Parts: sequence; structure tokens; C-alpha cells
Amino acid sequence: MAETVFARPESLADVSTHYCPGCTHGSIHRLVAEVLDELGVRERTVGIAPVGCSVLAYNYFNVDFQQAAHGRAPAVATGVKRARPDLIVFAYQGDGDLASIGMAEIVHCANRGEKITVVFVNNAIYGMTGGQMAPTTMPGQVATTCQLGRDVDSAGHPIRVAELMATLRTPAFVARATVHNPLVSIHAKEMLRRAFTYQVEGTCFSLVEVLSTCPTNWGIPPVEATGWLEKNMLPYYPVGIFKTPESGSREPKPLVD
Amino acid sequence: MAKKLMKGSEAIGEAAVQAGCKLFFGYPITPQNEIPEYMSMRLPQIGGAFVQAESEVAASNMIYGAAGAGERVMTSSSSPGVSLMSEAISYLAGSELPVVIVNIVRAGPGLGGILPSQGDYFQATKASGHGDFRVLVLAPWSIQEAADLVQDAFDLADYYRNPVMILGDGLIGQMMEPVEFFEGRVPTKELEPKTWATTGCDGSRPTNVVNSLFLDPEELEQHNIHLKAKYDRMVADEVRFAGYGTDEDYDVLIVAYGTVARVCSTAMEELREEGIKVALIRPVSLYPFPYRAIREAAMKAGSVLVVELSTGQMIEDVQLALARSRPVHFHNRLGGMLVSPDEVVAKVKAMLGGQSEEVHHG
Amino acid sequence: MQRDVIMAGFGGQGILLIGKMLAYAGMHEGMEVSWLPSYGPEMRGGTANCTVVISDKPVGSPVIRSPRAVVAMNLPSLEKFEPDIREGGLLLINSSLINRGAERDDLTVVEIPANEVASELGNPRGANMVALGAYLGATDAVPIDSVIEVIRETFAAKPAVIDVNIEALRKGYELGAAARQPEPVSA
Repeated sequence: MAETVFARPESLADVSTHYCPGCTHGSIHRLVAEVLDELGVRERTVGIAPVGCSVLAYNYFNVDFQQAAHGRAPAVATGVKRARPDLIVFAYQGDGDLASIGMAEIVHCANRGEKITVVFVNNAIYGMTGGQMAPTTMPGQVATTCQLGRDVDSAGHPIRVAELMATLRTPAFVARATVHNPLVSIHAKEMLRRAFTYQVEGTCFSLVEVLSTCPTNWGIPPVEATGWLEKNMLPYYPVGIFKTPESGSREPKPLVD
Repeated sequence: MAKKLMKGSEAIGEAAVQAGCKLFFGYPITPQNEIPEYMSMRLPQIGGAFVQAESEVAASNMIYGAAGAGERVMTSSSSPGVSLMSEAISYLAGSELPVVIVNIVRAGPGLGGILPSQGDYFQATKASGHGDFRVLVLAPWSIQEAADLVQDAFDLADYYRNPVMILGDGLIGQMMEPVEFFEGRVPTKELEPKTWATTGCDGSRPTNVVNSLFLDPEELEQHNIHLKAKYDRMVADEVRFAGYGTDEDYDVLIVAYGTVARVCSTAMEELREEGIKVALIRPVSLYPFPYRAIREAAMKAGSVLVVELSTGQMIEDVQLALARSRPVHFHNRLGGMLVSPDEVVAKVKAMLGGQSEEVHHG
Repeated sequence: MQRDVIMAGFGGQGILLIGKMLAYAGMHEGMEVSWLPSYGPEMRGGTANCTVVISDKPVGSPVIRSPRAVVAMNLPSLEKFEPDIREGGLLLINSSLINRGAERDDLTVVEIPANEVASELGNPRGANMVALGAYLGATDAVPIDSVIEVIRETFAAKPAVIDVNIEALRKGYELGAAARQPEPVSA
């Protein structure tokens, strides 16, 4: 007798996504969906889609969704949560959306301690608009608006969102994860599970930054993208838990001691 | 409830509460700060929520989220802040979300000043954001009317699933007048449950999505046609205006809205005491604009005077209504200066004495 | 019939308060009323003024360019508003703080040492009440009993100041009534 060991989570819609080969948005969607299923909150969850590659996230999740203006997902999420505190609200944002145009909204949303969860996908580039420099683009990394590579003298250094958010005094759960191989994906899911659990329990704001690949705009084959992420992004964007509601510490800690 | 002397800002806040608004998101800007101040005190009393947002940009997106979740919600601001909200207003219209937005207009452009102006007429009625949409705009001339229109605005917003703007000025915000709230108020519209709201989906219906993105042009065209049909219904059903002396004979018809119309009503009385026949028509809905009512009233007059606190904005709609069938004259003050009854009296006398030139556009 | 008055003075003299009390009393009398404050940066420490209109018909313009009466509690207010008063109107000057009389000769002028009167009554903060009383005495814009009722409501939380304020109002009323001349009234 056959036993189902792998199936589409109920929180994920039964459709194909538009994401490019080698992009990890799909993996991250799936991890979020699995967590929603496992916490049993799918029926009271509202997602907020950003502007960027994941603008169509509302088509890929099997939960109610609102599509937000560029960068404003944390403000929209605030509106939903304050209107209906019983709902589980998450914003799904990319690096241009959250760390550039939406920097004010994410910082103040976290600082107010809105009981929402933010899934922040950092792939170090603007994807949907065609590979422009993001606030998270690595020094020297080529993008269409820095064709000789990011010059930190004129563009500054990449913004480390998890570290920045962890400086806020308001209790929160802030972590950084990556999904470029199965093992670290399991860790990523655990961070997402903790983030949503804090919301379910009404404890605090939670944000999980997830490093992601963008072979299309990085200009390298999908199979090389995970290696590029490991080599170039991981040293600058260390994974771990940066802040928990119990601790005001800014030091990253490993997920498992 | 008994009459109460209330500041306009407080009356607007209380009217929202009476209409079932439990959520307010806003950012400080003069001269409307008493609205968020009132709501910050009042909403917690009724189990609602007030959030002082980090900007008007954020506030306008917070009302988007709350309206999308099916709750009655309001924000207020003044001109520069409303400019910052214009992106969200477009999204609200595109996503068909019911919200009430109060603009206590101050003089511009830029940072301008904080005194009364009607310089945001174009913005409110024709260009509150990018794209092809309309916002219902209501302009009170007294505190009681502000309170009444705010309550109506919530019904209209829900009925049409569209933003409704209350366009006032510093006088409406700061002035105190007697206000009465009527118990057992009946909604102006029969309202249906908000089955479209994002309230969580248990599988008994398809997931609800609040969205203004339509990448398929044919789909977007259908959406635009759907919105246009809605605006056409507003034009057919929601025109509001008031006429003063328009049932009698008159030589000059004055057209003015908001508090300026009150100044004109005083001027009208003074002129009538002198035997000069004048009537006043006051648009209450600025969108939809009472084109027909103004045309019909103007046909009884020899000439028309438009009075505004702008360089000439509503006058373009009046001229559109009249199609050059009557000469249109204009009197205004700018920068936060107010029109006085004496000025209007003098202008009407100049018109009748042939010492005023009519205004042509185009 | 319409009564309108601009009350003006330093911020902190309680000008906006007596304007509000006048409007409240008018409302209690079943009249149409409006109260319009000056607003803006000058609210903080500079001059404050408010316009009160009391009418038996809906109030037209709440902004009065040529008021029927002005209560000037300090010199800048006198200088600002004296030229605007309607011909034959009332000018009430707080002579405690203003060491000149009216410049115009077409007005009914009432000079009241409001601060001194209030101090003599042991209520130095009550100069605004003296001025309000004087305005009522000179115009009977609303019955004084109606304002007394408003004083009781306004200071319900501070009963200790009710009687002293009523006393200040009454004293002002006497001084205003003594100087009374018929105020021109028109619709």
C-alpha cells in the first residue's frame, strides 16, 4: 500500500509559478506554505504581496492576499492586523521593495512591534525590472545600473537588513536563512516556523531574511548560482538568529548550539 | 443627542465613530492635527485602533490594508500630505477599496502656508493619483454638514467600493459650531456584506485577493470598463448641490463651494437688501459635479460669478457646464487670504455695471 | 439679527476661552453660532484672537472682516483690529494693559481696566471674565445668566473658581452697561 511522503502543501496553490529556473522564490514559497499548514493557520492567514518578482505571490498561495504598492507591504500588513488582530498576516518582500523604497515602512512596522511576519527575500539584485543594482548588491557585483560593478564609494555598501532590524529596542524575532541546499533549507524552515509561531502566540514582530539566487540577472547558469551565493553572499550575510523577543542582543547565534 | 458645540476636526472624528469607523491611521500636519488627536483618544474607548504612521505614505497604505480586511477606516491630512497619499489612493481605487480620506486643504504649492485654500480642487476631482479613476468628493460648508457628510461618506465608500474624499479647509477644521448626531441614523445606501474582503479562507469560497495588477491588457481593459460603469452610476445618482434664491428671479448667479459659499451667502443677502437680484448655487459633491443643475440655474441669470480660493479650478467645470451660453466672471483670493462678503458685493456690482471682464479659457 | 465680535489679546489671557463661552451661551439661547480661532504659529505666545458670530439665522460668513465689536485685551490687538470695526461699532479696550484710547471717533468706546478689576476681586486671572462681562453689559448679545450657566459648566471640575469668575463677569457687566450706547444692529 502506497504512502504519500511528499505532497503539495494545502497553503500552496496548485499552479506553476513564473519564476526563472534556478530562482529560489519557489522553494521559499513552499517553506512558508508548509509552516502555515503545520501551524494550522491557513484558514486565517492573509498574505501581502510586494512589487517585484514576487508581485504575483497571490496566485501561488492558497490563502487570502492583498497586493501592496512598492515598499508598502508592512504598512498594508499593519492595516490588516490592526483591523483584524485574529488574522495571521505576513508580508513577502524582496530587497528593492523592503530595503530601498520601503525602508521607512519596514523599520517603523518593526519598531511599533506589529504582530506580523515578514519574509524578506534577498537576492542582491532587482529581478523584475531587469537586473538593476539593489541596496543589497555586493561590492563589485555587476548590475545593469552599475555595469562596472557596485562601487561602494558612490553607492555605499550593501545593507544588512537583519543586522539593522536587530538594533531596534522593540522585542522582535529577526533571523537570516538561506535555501541554497536542502540542509540549510531545513534550517530556514525552522526559522520561518519560529517567526510565525511568535505571531500566532501574539508575542512580537518577526522577520526572516532569506538569501536567494537570481541566475538570470546575475548572468550565470542556475547550477553555478548556489555556489555564487555561498562564495559571495554568505560571508557578508551570515545566517543565524539576530534577535529574539527574550534577548536584546545583536550578536548572531547559530540556530543549533 | 443634544446639540454640542464642536470643533470641526472633532466633529469629523466623532462622525466617523458614529458611522462605525473603528480604525484611523494618520500623520501630523497642520491644520488638521485635531482629527488624529481626537481619534487617538476616542478609538481605544470603542475597542478600535489608532496608529500614528511614520508618514502619509504609510498611513494611506495602512487604510488600504484595513479596508481590504473589510473594516471601516479613515485617514485625514492636509494638502502636502494628500500628495504623498496619491499613490495609495490610486491603488485603493484600482483595488476597489472603501475608505474615507479627509483633506483639510491648506494653501500651496509646495509647503505653501497653513491657512485656508481651495487649491486642491483639481487634485481631488481630477487627479488624486496616477491612472484612470475617480474619487467621490464631498465639500461641507458647515461643521454640521461636515459631520453629516462624513457619515454619508462611509456608506458611499462601501456601496461603491471606492475612496470618498471630504474636502474641507482650515475653517472647517478649526471652527466651532453646534453639531447634532442623530441616533438611529439610517445608512444612505443599502449595503451588502463584504464578501470580497481578505478575512481568511476556509475553503468555503475561493481565496480573496485585493489587487490592482492586471498584466493582461484585455483583462485590464475589462477592469477599466467596470470602473467606468461605476463612475457613471455615481454621476447618475450622487450629484449633490444646494441652491439659495434659485427659485426666484435673479440677474447674477454665484457659484461657490465650501466655506467660500458661506461668505457668498452673506454677500447675497447684502445685495438683496439693496434690491440687486442674486442667487447662489453650491456644489456639495465636487465629483460628481452638478453640471446640469448649474446649467439650469445659470439659464435664468444674465451672468455667472464663480468665487474660489484658487487661481481658477472649479471655474473650468462651471464653464464646461455652461458651454459659453452665459458670461462667466471670477473672483478669488489666494495664499490663505479669504474672500470677504464686501469683495463679492463689489464684484457683483462691477459685473452689473459693466466694469468686470468675463473669463475665457481656451 | 446678527452679533459678531473679534476678541483678541496675548496667548494665555484666556481670549479663546471667553469666545467659546460666549458661543456656548448663544447656542443655549437657541441662536445660531460660530467660533473661529486664529490658528498658526502666532498661536504660541503671540497674539490670539477669535471671531464669534451669534445670529437668529444660519451664520453666513464665519469670517468677519468688519466686525460689529472688538474686545482688545492688549495694544497689538487694538492696533490690528481698531481700523476694521464697522462704523458705529463697539470697541472695548483693556485699559490695564493699553495706555491709549481709541484713534477713531465713529465708535462706541468702552475702556475697562480689566486686570485691575480682576485683581481687586482677588482673581488676577479673571481679566478675561471681566472683559466678557463688559462686552455683555455693553451689548446684551446674550443674557448674562446664560453665560453664568456656561461658567458653571466650564469649571464644573474646579468648583473653587466658579464663584470668583461669576463675580468678575458681573463686575465687568456693570462697567460695560454703564458705558452702554445703542449698538448699531443690522441683519
